[in-house]
Amino acid sequence: MPDSTTSRVSLTLGSSIESVDTVEQTAEDFAQRAGFDADTVPNIVMAVREAAINAILHGNSYSPEKQFTASFETSSDGLTVRICDQGAGFDSSRLPDPLAPQNLLRGSGRGIFLIRAFMDEVHFRQLHPGTELTLIKHRAPAKPVA
Amino acid sequence: MSMKVAIRQVDGITILDLSGRITLGEGSITLRDSVRDVLAKGSKKILLNLGQITYIDSSGIGELVSAFTSVKNSGGELKLLNLTQKVHDLLQITKLYTVFDVWDNEASAITAFG
Repeated sequence: MPDSTTSRVSLTLGSSIESVDTVEQTAEDFAQRAGFDADTVPNIVMAVREAAINAILHGNSYSPEKQFTASFETSSDGLTVRICDQGAGFDSSRLPDPLAPQNLLRGSGRGIFLIRAFMDEVHFRQLHPGTELTLIKHRAPAKPVA
Repeated sequence: MSMKVAIRQVDGITILDLSGRITLGEGSITLRDSVRDVLAKGSKKILLNLGQITYIDSSGIGELVSAFTSVKNSGGELKLLNLTQKVHDLLQITKLYTVFDVWDNEASAITAFG
């Protein structure tokens, strides 16, 4: 049974791979607590991991002076995750399409694409400095009682 | 769990049995170094067995693509063997499934090398 009460946690972490692993584990805990099924939980976890990687790699550039925050919230509507870095920010509308033939064999550039593939809503906000990435996964609507 | 690689030779094909996670950092670097090493030793026909890969992220996918292009640019061939459902799905949605030559039977994959 999903936990229908609101649950929140916010983590402030250094720009390291170990922090990404912490965020990944927390995402799995919250996705399971929110009641998502066994097929959906790994997709949510992957999306959140990719967002955390973006924060430390492209946002904070692995700078030891910069941190990022990861906030998780479950509610009756589903799961909301916010990842905020302290980087220079970027224009999400200018990201190259990884499915375009000329980009297909690139060794990078698929993170945001996977996030969008696995979450219901993805929003970017510039923080000056930094970027806030909000990921939302809705609970499937309840089936009507016959 | 980090990624581990076991390398064996079958009928002139270099098979890399990968296990664990191919993710940003150690896993991706291990894959990159392993492919670079077998190429440096003269292997041109390389089969990556992904049957024991438990997780792959976008960096891991990128590393598979880089391995594919490195081997191809060296005049060799790289094929994939035993994709898990998750890796299969990821290659489908990233449109890479048609780029790679994918097999689910080792003997057939070995025969398919030119």
